[in-house]
Parts: sequence; C-alpha cells; structure tokens
Amino acid sequence: MDILNILKLALGEMLSPTTITFVLCALGLAVHFGFTGLLNFGQAAFAAVGAYGMVISIDTLKLPLFLAVLMGLLCSIIFALILGIPTLRLRADYLAIVTIATAEVFRYFMTTIGFSKVTGGSNGLSQFGAEFWALNPIPEGNYNFGFVSYRADQLYVFMVGWGAVIIGALILRLLMRSPWGRVLKGIREDEDAVRSLGKNVFFYKLQALMIGGVFASIGGMIFVLNLSNVQPQVWTTNFTFTIWSVLLLGGAATILGPIAGGMIFIALISITQGIMGGLVELGLLPFLTQPDIAQIRLLLIGLSLMLLVIFRPQGLFGNKRETQFNV
Amino acid sequence: MSNSKSVSIDKICIGEVAPGCRKVDPILIADGVKRQFGGLTAVDVAHVEIPRGLITALIGPNGAGKTTFFNLLTGFDKPNQGNWSFEGQNLAGMSPYKVARLGMIRTFQLTKALSLLTVIENMRLGAQKQPGESFLTSLIRPLWIRREKEITEVADTLLKRFKLDAKREDYAASLSGGQRKLLEMARALMSEPKLIMLDEPMAGVNPALTQSLLDHIKDLKSNGTTVLFVEHDMHMVRHISDWVIVMAEGKVVAEGPPSTVMKDQAVIDAYLGAHHDTDLGTMSKPASTRSKKGDTK
Ligand SMILES: Nc1ncnc2c1ncn2[C@@H]1O[C@H](COP(=O)(O)OP(=O)(O)OP(=O)(O)O)[C@@H](O)[C@H]1O
Ligand SMILES: [Mg+2]
Repeated sequence: MDILNILKLALGEMLSPTTITFVLCALGLAVHFGFTGLLNFGQAAFAAVGAYGMVISIDTLKLPLFLAVLMGLLCSIIFALILGIPTLRLRADYLAIVTIATAEVFRYFMTTIGFSKVTGGSNGLSQFGAEFWALNPIPEGNYNFGFVSYRADQLYVFMVGWGAVIIGALILRLLMRSPWGRVLKGIREDEDAVRSLGKNVFFYKLQALMIGGVFASIGGMIFVLNLSNVQPQVWTTNFTFTIWSVLLLGGAATILGPIAGGMIFIALISITQGIMGGLVELGLLPFLTQPDIAQIRLLLIGLSLMLLVIFRPQGLFGNKRETQFNV
Repeated sequence: MSNSKSVSIDKICIGEVAPGCRKVDPILIADGVKRQFGGLTAVDVAHVEIPRGLITALIGPNGAGKTTFFNLLTGFDKPNQGNWSFEGQNLAGMSPYKVARLGMIRTFQLTKALSLLTVIENMRLGAQKQPGESFLTSLIRPLWIRREKEITEVADTLLKRFKLDAKREDYAASLSGGQRKLLEMARALMSEPKLIMLDEPMAGVNPALTQSLLDHIKDLKSNGTTVLFVEHDMHMVRHISDWVIVMAEGKVVAEGPPSTVMKDQAVIDAYLGAHHDTDLGTMSKPASTRSKKGDTK
C-alpha cells in the first residue's frame, strides 16, 4: 500500500470538478438552510435543472454557450419560484416534502422516453461541449505543480470552477454582512418576529431559495461541462444528502464552511477508499471484497457525520459561541 | 396615585362612557371582529376605538382574548368576520408586515428575541427604510452604510435607556427572560411607530427597571406615539394609562378612565367572579403570579 500515493490522489481530488460542484451546491444550501432556515431536500434538482437548462439550450435551441448558461440560471430561478410560491407561506416542513418529491419527479421526467428527443432520456446528452472546450485559453500540454500534474483541459475546468466558487463566495460574504443578510438570519430565528418588524418574509424566503438554487445550478453546469455529458441518474437524493453532509461538515451558517467542507469530504472519501482498498489487497480484511469498500466507506462517513453533528453541531468552521445556545 | 396629568374624559370620548363608546380622535377602530376556535369564541368585539396620542390599557382575566385580539388587529391571525381600520385605512386581510409598515408595531406575549443575532443586530432589524435590506442595494455598501450608522445610533440610545447597552454584542440567546422582553420592546421602538401594541411588556421585568420603562412609555406619549398595552399589573395600569378597556370572554365589557373602570361592577365580576366586593384599584400585585407568563421560550 502506497500511503504517499493515496495522499496524492486525495489532494488531487480535493480540487477536482466534483469538489467544485459539491462546494457550489453546498454554498447554495448554506443560503437556504444555514442563513434562512429553509429545509431544501432537493438541491440535486436545482443543480440538474441548471445543467439541463444549459445543455438543452445548446443542444436543441442551438444557443451560444453564454446565453445557454443564462438560460440554465433562469431555469433554476423559475424552478425556485415553482417550489417556493406554494410552500413558503406554509410551515417549514412543507418545503422539505415538496423539494424532495419534486427532485425525484424531475429526475424521472428526464428519463421518460416521450421527451428523450430533447432530454436524451436515460442516456442523457453529450453533444454540447464543443464551444466550452473551444474557449479554453490554455495551450495544450502537461503542467507540473510539484507532485501533481494537470492537462490543459483539466486546468481550464479548475480555473472556471474555482473562479466561480471564489466569486460566489465573495458575493455571499457581501450579502450576508449586509442588512439583507440580517433579515435572512432573522427569519431563520423567528419569522413572525421579523414580520412584526415590517419585513416581507415570504419575499425574502423566495429570494433566498432562488439565490441558493442559482449556486447549485452553476455547480451542476460545471459538473456536466467537465464530463461533456449530462445524465439523469446523477441527480438522486443521494447527491442531495451528500451536499447536506458537506454543509454540516463545514458549518451551515458560514461561507468558508461549505468550501472547506467539500474539500475535506472528498479527501476523506478518497483516503478511506485508498486505505481500505490497500488493506483488502494485502488480505488484511478477508471478509471484504473490493466492491464492498464503496459501501463500507459511505457507512463510515455517515457515522462520522453523526458524531460530528452530535459533538460539533456548528460544523468544523462554524462559530462555537453561536451554537452554545442550540435549542 | 393615578396619572397626575390625566386627560379629561370629554377630550377622549364622545357622549356617555360605555363599552364601545366613540372617541374624539380614534387611531384604530374595530368593528364586529369575531374569532372562533372550534366552538370557543375567543374574541367577539362589537365595536372598540383606541384614542390617538394616549396610553390605553387592555385588561382582562386570563383567556379573555386580549392576545388573540392583538393577533387579529396586526394580521397574525384571521378573524371569522369583522373589519378594523388604522388611521382610516382598512386593515382587514392585510398581511402583518404591511400593518407594521403603516406604523402599527406589536410585541409578543411569548417573547420573540432573535436568539442567534446579537442584541445590536436585533435592534437594527427593527429599523425601517434601510435600503440595504433590498437584494441589489445590499451588495453595494456605500448605498446603505450611512443609514446603517443612523440606525445604530438610534439603537444605542434605546439600548442605554433599556439598560441593555452592556449586552450590545451578546447573542440575544444569552439574555434573561426579562431582558428579552426589554429587547423586544426596544426593537419595536426602532421604527418610531405611530401605534405601539405591547403584550404584557412588564411581565418578568424587575420593579426598579419597571419605573424607568414606565417613564419611557410616557415619553413615547409626549412624542405623539399612541400606546396600547395588555397588562395584568393593576398598579402599572393605574399609573400610566389614560384609558382602560376591559375584555372578558372575548367581549369588551367596560371601558373608561382607570380610576372609574377599576370600580366598575362588570370589571370586578369579570376578574373575581360575582359575589365579591373588592375594589380592583386596591388590588395588590403579587409578583409571582404575574411573572409566570412571557418568559417561556
Ligand atoms: N390557537 C388557538 N387555538 C385554540 N384556542 C385558542 C388559540 N389561541 C387562543 N385560544 C383560546 O382563546 C382564548 C383567548 O386566549 P388569549 O390568548 O387571547 O387570552 P389572553 O386574554 O391573552 O389571556 P392571558 O392574559 O392569559 O394572556 C383562550 O380561551 C384560549 O384558550
Ligand atoms: Mg395574552
């Protein structure tokens, strides 16, 4: 077992497009849950709606990439309106139920044969990446950074993806330190109190749902652009709960939390995979086979998340003081 | 003991003093407001008017419907029927935030401090007309920072007044029950409301501070704010109110200036049941019975 190699792999994974997607979705969920207190269990669908919105705009509507991205964002905003308008006046749990159900409906809808001319059905779509890759300004070749090396196309995705993360995080920081963000936090604490102070709580919740959804949709777009492929089976409730794990790991009411949480989560997955794979290979875990590892690994991660939520509810990067009063 | 500078009755009320009597200058008028919970009629107010610029107490035994009436007037609950207007504007069916924006701000009997916001942030949230509270403006700090400074100044003055200045940077969650009551009241004042509706503002507040708060409420009055408050503390009611409205079983059973209302037979009956001849005005205020409510989270 090559520990150094395992660590190298993990380090590489920490910056991978998957991490970028998780981080963006978790940042969006931080707006929903951490700052506004909205229980959204359909973050996968927000990502999927953005991704499909963009891909279909390129594939069927033949729009240029820039407009297609805007279409993707628009789709996720409309999606937020569809979910939010009927539920956000009701108790918090209604949004949770509706989002989880709608996410599943959306996924099944995308696999339906009837619409597969547009959606690609269960095979998805893959003929949309040309313009994205053509925009890559980095010359062909391999680029070495100490012990990791990247191809030009990989570097390109990093630049776009992490660029989006950094810009997004800075915008969130501005928002959450503004009076607007204060209203959101007030709503999280007690929406009736905020109402009694003359704030249109429903509208703020709707805005929060849209903004968090936009973050997820950007995450979704980067995910599918990197693969040059969009498939319905990616956007499962599993995906959503992974995002929740990332968020809770980092700290729900923070901006740094989801970013670091995403990187650590991915690194943990990669390291446990590597170590357990190595142990199985060495015959030290005779009762396990390689395919079991993926399952066991998730189990371990689930367990550690439970411990984290119990013993450090504010997440790794949350404010300790803030959760001392957890009620 | 009663309010020294008391306003003469004919400056408040037109005609005979009776439940639902018309006021010279009403700020709030409610008509036929009825709210039923299943078979129980919690509020059934035929007609009531709140005089502008004065301090009005709404009293009545537990379960009389005072809080429910507050909820209805401010849009937090919907009545089965009825109409009410604030400064001539019909409020029926209006959402709570719009009611608040008109200048009618209420506090809650069960305190609603925003726990994981600091005391000063709680206060700032009470202010109106902060352009930074709209999404796009919030991104550009210069557009709202000046208003934020104004707001903070007002907030600090109020915090001092309410003896919360030492707690400025603490989370509201770390405040005691009484302090939360104070914070909620101070926060409600941030927007300089035309009518402030306080649901048991003094429940759980220590007597020394009560006096300073009573003074503050009187100051509000002299600045032109109308005050409507629910209170079980008869001492406070007698001390600061110009007008008292008594509810029992959802109905307005009596109203008038504090000195006469406390002697009203209907009021005594409502509070103590029939066959009792105690003068409510002399009723003492056992602190233990009145601080029970309002502290629960
Ligand atoms: N949400 C509700 N569902 C059912 N019944 C209710 C509800 N809210 C209030 N009630 C009933 O309505 C009546 C009036 O309650 P309310 O809270 O308005 O009384 P109150 O005058 O404020 O009393 P207190 O002085 O104890 O605060 C009570 O009998 C109460 O049980
Ligand atoms: Mg009450």
